[in-house]
Amino acid sequence: MIKVKGLEKWFGDLHVLKEIDLVVNPSEVVVIIGASGSGKSTLLRCINFLERFKKGIIEIDDVVIDNNNEKMINKMRTHVGMVFQHFNLFPHMTVLQNVIEGPTQVKGLPKKDAVEVGRYYLEKVGLSDKEGSYPSMLSGGQKQRVAIARAMAMEPSVILFDEPTSALDPELVGEVLAVMKNLAKEGMTMVVVTHEMGFAREVADRVIYMDDGRIVEEGCPTKIFDDPQMERTKEFLSQIW
Amino acid sequence: MDYEFSALVKFFPFFLPAALMTIKITIAGILMGLILGLLTAFCRISNNRLLNIPAGIYVYIIRGTPLLLQLLFIYYGLRGLFGFEAFTSAFLGLGIHNGAYISEIFRGAIQSIALGQMEAARSLGMTYQKAMVRIILPQAFKRAIPPLGNQFIIALKDSSLASAITINELLLKSQQLYSANFMMMEMLTVAALFYLLYTSIFTWMFNKIEEKLAVSGSR
Repeated sequence: MIKVKGLEKWFGDLHVLKEIDLVVNPSEVVVIIGASGSGKSTLLRCINFLERFKKGIIEIDDVVIDNNNEKMINKMRTHVGMVFQHFNLFPHMTVLQNVIEGPTQVKGLPKKDAVEVGRYYLEKVGLSDKEGSYPSMLSGGQKQRVAIARAMAMEPSVILFDEPTSALDPELVGEVLAVMKNLAKEGMTMVVVTHEMGFAREVADRVIYMDDGRIVEEGCPTKIFDDPQMERTKEFLSQIW
Repeated sequence: MDYEFSALVKFFPFFLPAALMTIKITIAGILMGLILGLLTAFCRISNNRLLNIPAGIYVYIIRGTPLLLQLLFIYYGLRGLFGFEAFTSAFLGLGIHNGAYISEIFRGAIQSIALGQMEAARSLGMTYQKAMVRIILPQAFKRAIPPLGNQFIIALKDSSLASAITINELLLKSQQLYSANFMMMEMLTVAALFYLLYTSIFTWMFNKIEEKLAVSGSR
Protein backbone atom coordinates (compact mmCIF):
# COMPACT_ATOMS: atom_id res chain seq x y z
CA MET A 1 0.00 0.00 0.00
CA ILE A 2 2.58 2.57 1.15
CA LYS A 3 6.29 1.90 0.81
CA VAL A 4 8.85 4.44 1.95
CA LYS A 5 12.49 3.67 1.16
CA GLY A 6 15.56 5.59 2.28
CA LEU A 7 13.73 8.87 2.88
CA GLU A 8 15.93 11.84 3.80
CA LYS A 9 14.54 15.30 4.42
CA TRP A 10 16.20 18.60 5.29
CA PHE A 11 14.72 21.92 6.38
CA GLY A 12 17.63 24.12 5.32
CA ASP A 13 20.56 22.75 7.32
CA LEU A 14 18.32 20.82 9.67
CA HIS A 15 18.27 17.11 8.91
CA VAL A 16 14.73 16.19 9.96
CA LEU A 17 14.25 12.71 8.48
CA LYS A 18 17.06 10.18 8.32
CA GLU A 19 17.02 6.88 6.46
CA ILE A 20 13.33 6.29 6.90
CA ASP A 21 12.03 2.92 5.72
CA LEU A 22 8.39 2.19 6.26
CA VAL A 23 5.80 -0.18 4.85
CA VAL A 24 2.10 0.12 5.51
CA ASN A 25 0.00 -2.85 4.47
CA PRO A 26 -3.67 -2.75 3.42
CA SER A 27 -6.10 -2.49 6.35
CA GLU A 28 -3.24 -1.89 8.74
CA VAL A 29 -3.37 0.80 11.41
CA VAL A 30 0.08 2.23 12.02
CA VAL A 31 0.52 4.69 14.87
CA ILE A 32 3.60 6.91 14.98
CA ILE A 33 4.61 8.26 18.37
CA GLY A 34 7.51 10.40 19.51
CA ALA A 35 8.40 13.74 21.05
CA SER A 36 7.76 17.08 19.33
CA GLY A 37 10.39 17.71 16.70
CA SER A 38 11.09 14.01 16.19
CA GLY A 39 9.94 14.26 12.57
CA LYS A 40 6.74 12.23 12.82
CA SER A 41 4.46 14.89 11.31
CA THR A 42 7.02 15.65 8.61
CA LEU A 43 7.15 11.97 7.70
CA LEU A 44 3.36 11.88 7.40
CA ARG A 45 3.37 15.01 5.25
CA CYS A 46 6.04 13.56 2.98
CA ILE A 47 3.83 10.56 2.26
CA ASN A 48 1.31 12.74 0.38
CA PHE A 49 3.99 15.16 -0.81
CA LEU A 50 2.82 18.17 1.16
CA GLU A 51 6.51 18.20 2.05
CA ARG A 52 9.01 17.57 -0.69
CA PHE A 53 12.18 15.62 0.09
CA LYS A 54 15.69 15.38 -1.29
CA LYS A 55 16.29 11.66 -1.25
CA GLY A 56 14.26 8.50 -1.09
CA ILE A 57 11.40 6.74 -2.78
CA ILE A 58 7.74 6.71 -1.91
CA GLU A 59 5.56 4.11 -3.54
CA ILE A 60 1.81 4.23 -3.19
CA ASP A 61 -0.41 1.44 -4.52
CA ASP A 62 2.62 0.05 -6.38
CA VAL A 63 3.32 3.36 -8.13
CA VAL A 64 6.57 5.19 -7.45
CA ILE A 65 5.57 8.83 -7.06
CA ASP A 66 7.69 11.27 -9.02
CA ASN A 67 8.61 14.40 -7.05
CA ASN A 68 8.38 16.58 -10.15
CA ASN A 69 5.18 15.22 -11.62
CA GLU A 70 2.38 17.41 -10.25
CA LYS A 71 -0.23 15.51 -12.19
CA MET A 72 0.84 12.21 -10.68
CA ILE A 73 0.95 13.74 -7.20
CA ASN A 74 -2.56 15.17 -7.56
CA LYS A 75 -3.84 11.80 -8.70
CA MET A 76 -2.09 10.03 -5.82
CA ARG A 77 -3.67 12.45 -3.33
CA THR A 78 -7.16 11.39 -4.37
CA HIS A 79 -6.28 7.96 -2.93
CA VAL A 80 -4.55 9.28 0.17
CA GLY A 81 -6.82 11.16 2.58
CA MET A 82 -5.43 13.56 5.16
CA VAL A 83 -6.82 14.79 8.47
CA PHE A 84 -5.05 17.78 10.02
CA GLN A 85 -4.43 18.85 13.59
CA HIS A 86 -6.26 22.14 13.01
CA PHE A 87 -9.07 20.59 10.93
CA ASN A 88 -8.59 23.06 8.04
CA LEU A 89 -12.26 22.98 7.13
CA PHE A 90 -13.29 25.48 4.46
CA PRO A 91 -14.98 28.23 6.49
CA HIS A 92 -16.96 29.67 3.58
CA MET A 93 -18.72 26.38 2.91
CA THR A 94 -21.33 24.46 4.84
CA VAL A 95 -20.50 21.09 6.37
CA LEU A 96 -22.03 19.23 3.42
CA GLN A 97 -20.30 21.51 0.89
CA ASN A 98 -16.99 20.81 2.64
CA VAL A 99 -17.55 17.08 2.34
CA ILE A 100 -18.62 17.07 -1.32
CA GLU A 101 -15.98 19.58 -2.50
CA GLY A 102 -13.45 16.85 -3.28
CA PRO A 103 -15.83 14.42 -4.96
CA THR A 104 -17.40 17.10 -7.19
CA GLN A 105 -14.35 19.25 -7.96
CA VAL A 106 -11.64 16.62 -8.15
CA LYS A 107 -13.38 13.37 -9.05
CA GLY A 108 -16.01 15.11 -11.17
CA LEU A 109 -18.90 13.33 -9.50
CA PRO A 110 -22.32 14.84 -10.37
CA LYS A 111 -23.58 16.98 -7.49
CA LYS A 112 -26.56 14.70 -6.81
CA ASP A 113 -24.36 11.63 -6.39
CA ALA A 114 -21.81 13.55 -4.35
CA VAL A 115 -24.51 14.74 -1.95
CA GLU A 116 -25.54 11.13 -1.45
CA VAL A 117 -21.94 10.12 -0.75
CA GLY A 118 -21.48 13.13 1.52
CA ARG A 119 -24.58 12.39 3.58
CA TYR A 120 -23.52 8.75 3.94
CA TYR A 121 -20.19 9.73 5.48
CA LEU A 122 -21.67 12.51 7.61
CA GLU A 123 -23.98 9.91 9.08
CA LYS A 124 -20.97 7.69 9.74
CA VAL A 125 -19.35 10.41 11.84
CA GLY A 126 -22.66 11.17 13.54
CA LEU A 127 -23.21 14.65 12.11
CA SER A 128 -26.19 14.23 9.78
CA ASP A 129 -28.02 17.03 11.57
CA LYS A 130 -25.18 19.51 10.93
CA GLU A 131 -24.96 19.36 7.16
CA GLY A 132 -26.24 22.92 6.70
CA SER A 133 -24.08 24.44 9.43
CA TYR A 134 -20.93 26.43 8.83
CA PRO A 135 -17.70 25.24 10.49
CA SER A 136 -17.62 28.25 12.83
CA MET A 137 -20.83 26.97 14.43
CA LEU A 138 -19.29 23.60 15.38
CA SER A 139 -17.26 22.43 18.35
CA GLY A 140 -13.69 21.28 17.80
CA GLY A 141 -14.69 17.64 18.00
CA GLN A 142 -17.46 18.14 15.45
CA LYS A 143 -15.08 20.01 13.15
CA GLN A 144 -12.61 17.15 13.23
CA ARG A 145 -15.36 14.63 12.54
CA VAL A 146 -16.40 16.70 9.50
CA ALA A 147 -12.76 16.72 8.40
CA ILE A 148 -12.71 12.93 8.68
CA ALA A 149 -15.93 12.70 6.65
CA ARG A 150 -14.38 15.03 4.05
CA ALA A 151 -11.37 12.73 3.74
CA MET A 152 -13.56 9.61 3.61
CA ALA A 153 -15.88 11.04 0.96
CA MET A 154 -13.01 10.76 -1.52
CA GLU A 155 -13.10 7.01 -0.75
CA PRO A 156 -9.33 6.86 -0.37
CA SER A 157 -7.34 3.69 0.14
CA VAL A 158 -5.50 5.16 3.12
CA ILE A 159 -6.06 8.09 5.50
CA LEU A 160 -3.22 9.96 7.18
CA PHE A 161 -4.02 11.54 10.56
CA ASP A 162 -1.70 14.33 11.72
CA GLU A 163 -2.28 14.70 15.48
CA PRO A 164 -6.04 14.73 15.00
CA THR A 165 -6.88 15.31 18.66
CA SER A 166 -4.05 17.60 19.75
CA ALA A 167 -6.01 20.82 19.20
CA LEU A 168 -9.12 19.59 21.01
CA ASP A 169 -10.41 20.29 24.49
CA PRO A 170 -9.95 17.12 26.56
CA GLU A 171 -13.67 16.36 26.75
CA LEU A 172 -13.93 16.35 22.93
CA VAL A 173 -11.08 13.91 22.25
CA GLY A 174 -13.24 10.84 22.87
CA GLU A 175 -15.77 11.46 20.09
CA VAL A 176 -13.01 11.83 17.49
CA LEU A 177 -11.16 8.74 18.66
CA ALA A 178 -14.44 6.78 18.59
CA VAL A 179 -14.93 7.68 14.93
CA MET A 180 -11.35 6.65 14.18
CA LYS A 181 -11.79 3.35 16.00
CA ASN A 182 -14.85 2.61 13.88
CA LEU A 183 -12.90 3.38 10.75
CA ALA A 184 -10.15 1.02 11.82
CA LYS A 185 -12.68 -1.68 12.58
CA GLU A 186 -14.10 -1.37 9.07
CA GLY A 187 -10.66 -2.12 7.66
CA MET A 188 -9.52 1.38 6.62
CA THR A 189 -5.77 1.64 6.22
CA MET A 190 -4.60 4.37 8.58
CA VAL A 191 -1.35 6.08 9.51
CA VAL A 192 -1.84 8.08 12.69
CA VAL A 193 0.54 10.51 14.34
CA THR A 194 -0.73 10.98 17.86
CA HIS A 195 0.04 11.50 21.52
CA GLU A 196 -2.99 9.37 22.52
CA MET A 197 -1.20 6.33 23.89
CA GLY A 198 -4.47 4.69 24.93
CA PHE A 199 -5.66 4.84 21.33
CA ALA A 200 -2.33 3.50 20.08
CA ARG A 201 -2.46 0.57 22.46
CA GLU A 202 -6.04 -0.29 21.67
CA VAL A 203 -6.28 0.30 17.91
CA ALA A 204 -2.81 0.09 16.40
CA ASP A 205 -1.61 -2.99 14.59
CA ARG A 206 1.87 -1.54 14.74
CA VAL A 207 3.45 1.28 16.72
CA ILE A 208 6.45 3.21 15.47
CA TYR A 209 8.58 5.24 17.85
CA MET A 210 10.51 8.09 16.25
CA ASP A 211 13.27 10.22 17.73
CA ASP A 212 15.58 12.77 16.13
CA GLY A 213 14.36 12.00 12.60
CA ARG A 214 14.84 8.24 12.84
CA ILE A 215 12.58 5.29 13.37
CA VAL A 216 14.02 3.97 16.63
CA GLU A 217 11.75 1.04 17.23
CA GLU A 218 8.62 -0.51 15.81
CA GLY A 219 6.38 -3.39 16.71
CA CYS A 220 2.98 -4.40 17.99
CA PRO A 221 1.60 -2.14 20.75
CA THR A 222 2.14 -4.64 23.56
CA LYS A 223 5.78 -5.01 22.59
CA ILE A 224 6.44 -1.27 22.33
CA PHE A 225 4.51 -0.23 25.41
CA ASP A 226 5.21 -3.15 27.74
CA ASP A 227 8.58 -4.38 26.59
CA PRO A 228 10.47 -1.68 24.69
CA GLN A 229 13.97 -2.75 23.67
CA MET A 230 15.65 0.57 23.05
CA GLU A 231 16.83 2.87 25.81
CA ARG A 232 15.36 5.97 24.11
CA THR A 233 11.94 4.35 23.76
CA LYS A 234 11.93 3.42 27.44
CA GLU A 235 12.88 6.95 28.39
CA PHE A 236 10.15 8.51 26.21
CA LEU A 237 7.47 6.17 27.52
CA SER A 238 8.51 6.73 31.13
CA GLN A 239 8.07 10.46 30.59
CA ILE A 240 4.55 10.27 29.27
CA TRP A 241 3.00 7.66 31.52
CA MET B 1 -16.31 87.93 3.36
CA ASP B 2 -19.85 87.37 2.18
CA TYR B 3 -20.99 83.83 1.72
CA GLU B 4 -23.98 83.49 -0.57
CA PHE B 5 -25.94 80.35 0.15
CA SER B 6 -28.19 81.01 -2.80
CA ALA B 7 -25.17 80.58 -5.08
CA LEU B 8 -24.96 76.93 -4.05
CA VAL B 9 -28.38 76.29 -5.53
CA LYS B 10 -27.92 78.61 -8.46
CA PHE B 11 -24.67 77.07 -9.68
CA PHE B 12 -25.53 73.49 -8.80
CA PRO B 13 -26.74 72.62 -12.35
CA PHE B 14 -23.46 73.86 -13.85
CA PHE B 15 -21.63 71.15 -11.90
CA LEU B 16 -23.68 68.20 -13.19
CA PRO B 17 -21.54 67.36 -16.26
CA ALA B 18 -18.40 67.66 -14.12
CA ALA B 19 -19.92 65.40 -11.46
CA LEU B 20 -20.63 62.86 -14.16
CA MET B 21 -17.02 63.13 -15.41
CA THR B 22 -15.67 62.61 -11.89
CA ILE B 23 -17.65 59.41 -11.39
CA LYS B 24 -16.80 58.22 -14.90
CA ILE B 25 -13.03 58.46 -14.50
CA THR B 26 -13.25 57.15 -10.93
CA ILE B 27 -15.17 54.04 -11.89
CA ALA B 28 -13.07 53.44 -15.01
CA GLY B 29 -9.92 53.82 -12.91
CA ILE B 30 -11.23 51.47 -10.22
CA LEU B 31 -12.29 48.80 -12.71
CA MET B 32 -8.94 48.88 -14.44
CA GLY B 33 -7.27 48.95 -11.02
CA LEU B 34 -9.20 45.86 -9.89
CA ILE B 35 -8.19 43.83 -12.94
CA LEU B 36 -4.61 45.05 -12.91
CA GLY B 37 -4.45 44.64 -9.13
CA LEU B 38 -5.63 41.03 -9.17
CA LEU B 39 -3.23 40.08 -11.97
CA THR B 40 -0.35 41.83 -10.24
CA ALA B 41 -1.16 40.15 -6.92
CA PHE B 42 -0.98 36.73 -8.60
CA CYS B 43 2.32 37.65 -10.22
CA ARG B 44 3.75 38.84 -6.92
CA ILE B 45 2.91 35.65 -5.03
CA SER B 46 4.17 33.49 -7.89
CA ASN B 47 7.49 31.69 -7.53
CA ASN B 48 8.26 32.53 -11.15
CA ARG B 49 10.77 35.39 -11.25
CA LEU B 50 9.64 36.47 -14.70
CA LEU B 51 6.30 37.30 -13.08
CA ASN B 52 7.11 38.45 -9.58
CA ILE B 53 10.04 40.75 -10.34
CA PRO B 54 8.26 42.94 -12.96
CA ALA B 55 5.18 43.04 -10.71
CA GLY B 56 7.36 44.15 -7.80
CA ILE B 57 8.97 46.89 -9.90
CA TYR B 58 5.57 48.15 -11.05
CA VAL B 59 4.29 48.45 -7.47
CA TYR B 60 7.59 50.02 -6.34
CA ILE B 61 7.50 52.75 -8.99
CA ILE B 62 3.82 53.58 -8.73
CA ARG B 63 3.71 53.65 -4.94
CA GLY B 64 6.96 55.58 -4.80
CA THR B 65 5.94 58.50 -7.01
CA PRO B 66 3.06 61.03 -6.75
CA LEU B 67 -0.10 60.42 -8.73
CA LEU B 68 -0.01 64.00 -10.04
CA LEU B 69 3.41 63.33 -11.51
CA GLN B 70 2.19 60.07 -13.03
CA LEU B 71 -0.76 61.79 -14.67
CA LEU B 72 1.43 64.55 -16.12
CA PHE B 73 3.92 61.95 -17.28
CA ILE B 74 1.27 59.97 -19.14
CA TYR B 75 -0.58 62.99 -20.51
CA TYR B 76 2.35 65.08 -21.71
CA GLY B 77 4.93 62.33 -22.12
CA LEU B 78 3.12 59.42 -23.68
CA ARG B 79 0.49 61.42 -25.50
CA GLY B 80 3.02 62.31 -28.16
CA LEU B 81 3.95 58.66 -28.58
CA PHE B 82 0.50 57.09 -28.61
CA GLY B 83 -1.80 60.02 -29.18
CA PHE B 84 -3.85 59.59 -26.00
CA GLU B 85 -6.72 61.96 -25.35
CA ALA B 86 -6.97 63.58 -21.94
CA PHE B 87 -9.68 61.15 -20.88
CA THR B 88 -7.61 58.13 -21.92
CA SER B 89 -4.61 59.50 -20.04
CA ALA B 90 -6.68 60.06 -16.90
CA PHE B 91 -8.24 56.61 -17.17
CA LEU B 92 -4.84 54.94 -17.64
CA GLY B 93 -3.16 57.02 -14.96
CA LEU B 94 -5.82 56.36 -12.33
CA GLY B 95 -6.11 52.70 -13.35
CA ILE B 96 -2.38 52.04 -13.16
CA HIS B 97 -2.15 53.94 -9.89
CA ASN B 98 -5.08 52.11 -8.29
CA GLY B 99 -3.82 48.78 -9.64
CA ALA B 100 -0.62 49.06 -7.63
CA TYR B 101 -2.46 49.73 -4.38
CA ILE B 102 -5.21 47.21 -5.04
CA SER B 103 -2.61 44.52 -5.84
CA GLU B 104 -1.18 45.00 -2.36
CA ILE B 105 -4.67 44.69 -0.88
CA PHE B 106 -5.28 41.44 -2.75
CA ARG B 107 -1.81 40.09 -2.03
CA GLY B 108 -2.23 40.77 1.67
CA ALA B 109 -5.69 39.20 1.71
CA ILE B 110 -4.55 36.08 -0.16
CA GLN B 111 -1.51 35.64 2.04
CA SER B 112 -3.56 36.13 5.19
CA ILE B 113 -5.54 32.96 4.48
CA ALA B 114 -4.04 30.22 6.63
CA LEU B 115 -1.63 27.91 4.82
CA GLY B 116 -3.69 24.97 6.08
CA GLN B 117 -6.50 25.94 3.71
CA MET B 118 -4.28 25.46 0.67
CA GLU B 119 -2.89 22.22 2.14
CA ALA B 120 -6.35 20.83 2.84
CA ALA B 121 -7.45 21.63 -0.71
CA ARG B 122 -4.30 20.16 -2.23
CA SER B 123 -4.60 17.05 -0.05
CA LEU B 124 -7.95 16.37 -1.74
CA GLY B 125 -6.09 16.26 -5.05
CA MET B 126 -6.93 19.78 -6.24
CA THR B 127 -4.51 21.61 -8.50
CA TYR B 128 -2.99 24.86 -7.22
CA GLN B 129 -5.20 26.86 -9.58
CA LYS B 130 -8.38 25.11 -8.54
CA ALA B 131 -7.54 25.45 -4.85
CA MET B 132 -6.92 29.16 -5.43
CA VAL B 133 -10.25 29.70 -7.18
CA ARG B 134 -12.44 27.45 -5.01
CA ILE B 135 -10.89 27.81 -1.57
CA ILE B 136 -8.48 30.74 -1.19
CA LEU B 137 -9.97 33.54 -3.31
CA PRO B 138 -13.52 33.43 -1.89
CA GLN B 139 -12.07 33.87 1.59
CA ALA B 140 -9.51 36.43 0.47
CA PHE B 141 -12.09 38.60 -1.32
CA LYS B 142 -14.09 38.82 1.85
CA ARG B 143 -11.06 40.04 3.77
CA ALA B 144 -10.23 42.49 0.98
CA ILE B 145 -13.61 44.25 1.16
CA PRO B 146 -12.86 46.80 3.95
CA PRO B 147 -9.49 47.94 2.52
CA LEU B 148 -11.00 47.97 -1.00
CA GLY B 149 -13.76 50.30 0.23
CA ASN B 150 -11.05 52.54 1.60
CA GLN B 151 -9.17 52.46 -1.70
CA PHE B 152 -12.33 53.28 -3.71
CA ILE B 153 -12.88 56.40 -1.62
CA ILE B 154 -9.25 57.41 -2.07
CA ALA B 155 -9.59 56.80 -5.83
CA LEU B 156 -12.63 59.07 -5.95
CA LYS B 157 -10.80 61.93 -4.28
CA ASP B 158 -7.62 61.30 -6.28
CA SER B 159 -9.62 61.77 -9.48
CA SER B 160 -9.54 65.50 -8.68
CA LEU B 161 -5.88 65.49 -9.71
CA ALA B 162 -7.02 64.80 -13.27
CA SER B 163 -7.98 68.49 -13.30
CA ALA B 164 -4.28 69.11 -13.91
CA ILE B 165 -4.51 67.34 -17.26
CA THR B 166 -7.57 69.29 -18.44
CA ILE B 167 -10.22 66.78 -17.41
CA ASN B 168 -13.31 68.82 -16.70
CA GLU B 169 -14.21 67.20 -13.45
CA LEU B 170 -15.56 68.69 -10.21
CA LEU B 171 -12.47 70.51 -9.01
CA LEU B 172 -11.58 72.03 -12.38
CA LYS B 173 -15.20 73.05 -12.86
CA SER B 174 -15.28 74.87 -9.54
CA GLN B 175 -12.01 76.61 -10.39
CA GLN B 176 -13.36 77.73 -13.75
CA LEU B 177 -16.53 79.06 -12.15
CA TYR B 178 -14.91 80.93 -9.27
CA SER B 179 -12.34 82.57 -11.51
CA ALA B 180 -15.31 84.09 -13.35
CA ASN B 181 -17.72 84.84 -10.47
CA PHE B 182 -15.19 85.20 -7.62
CA MET B 183 -17.35 83.05 -5.31
CA MET B 184 -14.49 80.73 -4.45
CA MET B 185 -15.86 79.34 -1.17
CA GLU B 186 -19.30 78.72 -2.63
CA MET B 187 -17.98 76.91 -5.70
CA LEU B 188 -15.63 74.75 -3.62
CA THR B 189 -18.54 73.95 -1.33
CA VAL B 190 -20.63 72.65 -4.20
CA ALA B 191 -17.75 70.43 -5.33
CA ALA B 192 -17.24 69.24 -1.76
CA LEU B 193 -20.91 68.34 -1.44
CA PHE B 194 -20.70 66.21 -4.58
CA TYR B 195 -17.63 64.40 -3.21
CA LEU B 196 -19.41 63.81 0.08
CA LEU B 197 -22.45 62.46 -1.75
CA TYR B 198 -20.27 60.01 -3.69
CA THR B 199 -18.29 58.86 -0.66
CA SER B 200 -21.59 58.34 1.21
CA ILE B 201 -22.84 56.13 -1.61
CA PHE B 202 -19.57 54.15 -1.65
CA THR B 203 -19.63 53.70 2.11
CA TRP B 204 -23.26 52.58 2.05
CA MET B 205 -22.54 50.13 -0.78
CA PHE B 206 -19.60 48.58 1.02
CA ASN B 207 -21.53 48.24 4.24
CA LYS B 208 -24.21 46.36 2.32
CA ILE B 209 -21.63 44.06 0.74
CA GLU B 210 -20.03 43.36 4.10
CA GLU B 211 -23.41 42.63 5.69
CA LYS B 212 -24.29 40.27 2.89
CA LEU B 213 -20.99 38.39 3.15
CA ALA B 214 -21.33 38.16 6.91
CA VAL B 215 -24.67 36.38 6.51
CA SER B 216 -23.55 33.82 3.94
CA GLY B 217 -21.00 31.86 5.87
CA SER B 218 -19.12 33.28 8.77
CA ARG B 219 -15.39 33.39 9.34
